[in-house]
Amino acid sequence: MKISALLFLVLLFAAFSYFMARQKITTAYRQHKSSHKILTLPKYFGYVAALCALLPALVVLLFLQMVEEPYINSEIATYISSEHIDANQNLDLYLNEIKSADTPEKVAALSEEKQLVYQRYHEIEQTTATTISVVVLAISILLTIGALKKININTPARKVFEKIIEGILLLAASIAIMTTVGIVFSVLFESTRFFGEVPILSFMFGTEWSPQTAIRADQVGSSAAFGAVPLFVGTMLISFIALLVSVPLGLMSAIYLSEYASRSIRSIAKPVLEILAGIPTVVYGFFAALTVAPFIRGLGESIGLSVASESALAAGLVMGIMIIPFVSSLSDDVLSAVPQSLREGSLGLGATRSETIIKVLIPAALPGIVGGVLLAASRAIGETMIVVMAAGLAANLTVNPLEAVTTVTVQIVTLLTGDQEFDSAKTLAAFALGLMLFVTTLVLNVIALHVVRKYREQYE
Amino acid sequence: MNNTDLVKQSLQKRYLKERMFKAMGFISIATAILFLLILLTDIIGKALPAFTQTNIALEVKLSADDLGINANSSESEIRNADYRKVIREALSRLFPEVTSRKDKRELYTLTSMGAEFQLRDAIMDNPQLIDTTQRIEFLADDDVAAVVKGAIDRNLPESDRRVKNQKLAWIESLETKGQINSTFNWQFFSNGDSREPEMAGIKGAILGSFFTLLVTLALSFPIAVAAAIYLEEFAPKNRFIDFIEININNLAAVPSIVFGLLGLAVFINFFNMPRSAPVVGGIVLSLMTLPTIIIASRSAIKAVPPSLREAALGLGASKMQSVFHHVLPAALPGILTGTIIGMAQALGETAPLLMIGMVAFIVDIPQTLVEPSTVLPIQVFLWADSPERGFLEKTSAAILVLLFFLVAMNAIAIYLRKKFEKKW
Repeated sequence: MKISALLFLVLLFAAFSYFMARQKITTAYRQHKSSHKILTLPKYFGYVAALCALLPALVVLLFLQMVEEPYINSEIATYISSEHIDANQNLDLYLNEIKSADTPEKVAALSEEKQLVYQRYHEIEQTTATTISVVVLAISILLTIGALKKININTPARKVFEKIIEGILLLAASIAIMTTVGIVFSVLFESTRFFGEVPILSFMFGTEWSPQTAIRADQVGSSAAFGAVPLFVGTMLISFIALLVSVPLGLMSAIYLSEYASRSIRSIAKPVLEILAGIPTVVYGFFAALTVAPFIRGLGESIGLSVASESALAAGLVMGIMIIPFVSSLSDDVLSAVPQSLREGSLGLGATRSETIIKVLIPAALPGIVGGVLLAASRAIGETMIVVMAAGLAANLTVNPLEAVTTVTVQIVTLLTGDQEFDSAKTLAAFALGLMLFVTTLVLNVIALHVVRKYREQYE
Repeated sequence: MNNTDLVKQSLQKRYLKERMFKAMGFISIATAILFLLILLTDIIGKALPAFTQTNIALEVKLSADDLGINANSSESEIRNADYRKVIREALSRLFPEVTSRKDKRELYTLTSMGAEFQLRDAIMDNPQLIDTTQRIEFLADDDVAAVVKGAIDRNLPESDRRVKNQKLAWIESLETKGQINSTFNWQFFSNGDSREPEMAGIKGAILGSFFTLLVTLALSFPIAVAAAIYLEEFAPKNRFIDFIEININNLAAVPSIVFGLLGLAVFINFFNMPRSAPVVGGIVLSLMTLPTIIIASRSAIKAVPPSLREAALGLGASKMQSVFHHVLPAALPGILTGTIIGMAQALGETAPLLMIGMVAFIVDIPQTLVEPSTVLPIQVFLWADSPERGFLEKTSAAILVLLFFLVAMNAIAIYLRKKFEKKW
């Protein structure tokens, strides 16, 4: 039975038990009309009965769905080995070929041996599908019958229902935890496999990065090197340029908008900043690679400097512009959190506005601004598309912004796009880089959020 | 000299400083605005040529002998007939002076690789065309289009020009004969991706984006609203809840590419879900947008005044009833606004989808949630990487389409906020 049909049947049972339970309680209320106060609306009994038919069945279905494929695979593997069929290649590939035969022509094109396996595969698939359907439907029906029998006027149906809903709400809220755990485990698991092949110290402190393993052993540079220092330096260089652009511009924009700007300027500038924040990073990347980088190159050549066509400067500059709205909105928040009395005190003593801002507001808001800069730094470090499109691929260990450097995110993307086996050190290296990225940004975020919170409390 | 004089003396300097500071603020804002203007004009300027399509009108003799089919041929026979030959003959007839093999080969590149399919489709629609001579407008090759649109400068010396003199002469002769014309490029909106720039369209990417966002919305909206309700209305104050809140705040700042790594390791490698499929992309993007929507929904719920809850409770509603019957409807406009903004963010996201293999070159237009497909931002990325010149304008045009959707979504969000916003 197809999943959709199965789901439909289970939903049908749920609807059925809803109406039955409601009916039962409505009749019961009628019979007890005088002697019993109605505490719970009949629909709540219906809801509880429906959830009984629905929830456990769905949970079981989900679980069975997850174990179905591994089970079928292992069954076929046993069949293949018991029939002494020479799979002579990767078992996964073999199975894929059989599974992808979904039309009679494709089946006919398979070799005789494979057709046997194909038939066996279909048998197993059929039996598991039937088993799943039967189990799920049985659970649904049994629980429906049980619920309908047990429910009576004294069941605290509304409370039970609300408890279940609260549980579901809590489950939804904990998805955030599950996501974090998922990230940590997936990255950590693959990274440990990587560090099994490449020692962690040579990864962290090595200065040569060339993940390409040669196909022939006698090729030049046949052994891959995984020293990530050039990537770290490149990432820091580009992020530093980005911060150099975005922090002054963002901070000054925020100051100007909140302290000086007239209503009309604000009504133009605020949406512009929002648009800048909303432009997809791939657009910035395109702009950086095709417009800004050639422009900088031309500019550099006209004053006699040699500029790489994928210079760190171009990527950093555009990334800086991208982060301006982020810095400005964070600074705006912290500046407006400074109590008005501080401003008025300073102005009352005869300071000009700029003196008030520089000598009173900024020092008072400094922790918040620092927090904002840290968040911006974490944003710059994790930014991917701009650097993928505008920064280089080759790992140069340099701090010259006119040369091409590569970053952690660029390498993750290049290592993981394209067809590769998932077990090679090359792909696993991407996860090790991902781990570094995750840890760095996590630390920056935790510090930043802590600083900002401490600062807020100071004025509350 | 007393203090007043001292102050007066320094006043001018201080006022100058004040003005300079103010000017610096203005310059900062102006820089941001200027950059946005440059970005938009640059992209719009590059994109405009993509919306016109260059055609070459040719007299093709659809003789039954040459094609090897007649009006009674079966559909598969018509499908497999040799249309290339007829088009080549039509070109040769126009330029009879071209005789050498090499030149002829060059001549045949005037029309697009797609021209033969164009002819095939025309004949399959109307087999009566066989054995007639028709004037049909064929799609021009991207180099021809570039010359016609002026993207390749005809006055450059031949060595610097991608289209050489010989070909340029053919194009100019066609132009003087009035056999080259330009029409609005509908194909851009109705075709899938292609290796030939003149045939490439974004329909596949738009549908891929649509399917992906559908999954994202279906997952993230209910989960985020449920989480927000729980955290605002039901959560007790304890360490576990604190931990959830810390996690949500952190996830909001985790680089998007890390979500891609999660998707690759967990959904594709562990759960064996299909690579490049919108369903996996949707799941990854929904995990990524959850924090945004949760945070927006929480502030919308928080903005509902307590008096509403208390009134409901006072009239005998349970906590759950007061939340679902009164607080949630009042907070819904704010929640929807936050959701649309989260969806816009998901629409523009590229990096996590690169990780789960949505970068593949896909010609077919996806029909379901599990077929390999690509999305708009990735189409931009792929085209931006292509060396052919014709893809430059396509890239910019795809960006314009992407920006159009983003603007539309944000406009809806702003409209909702304006229309339903209540000051309590």
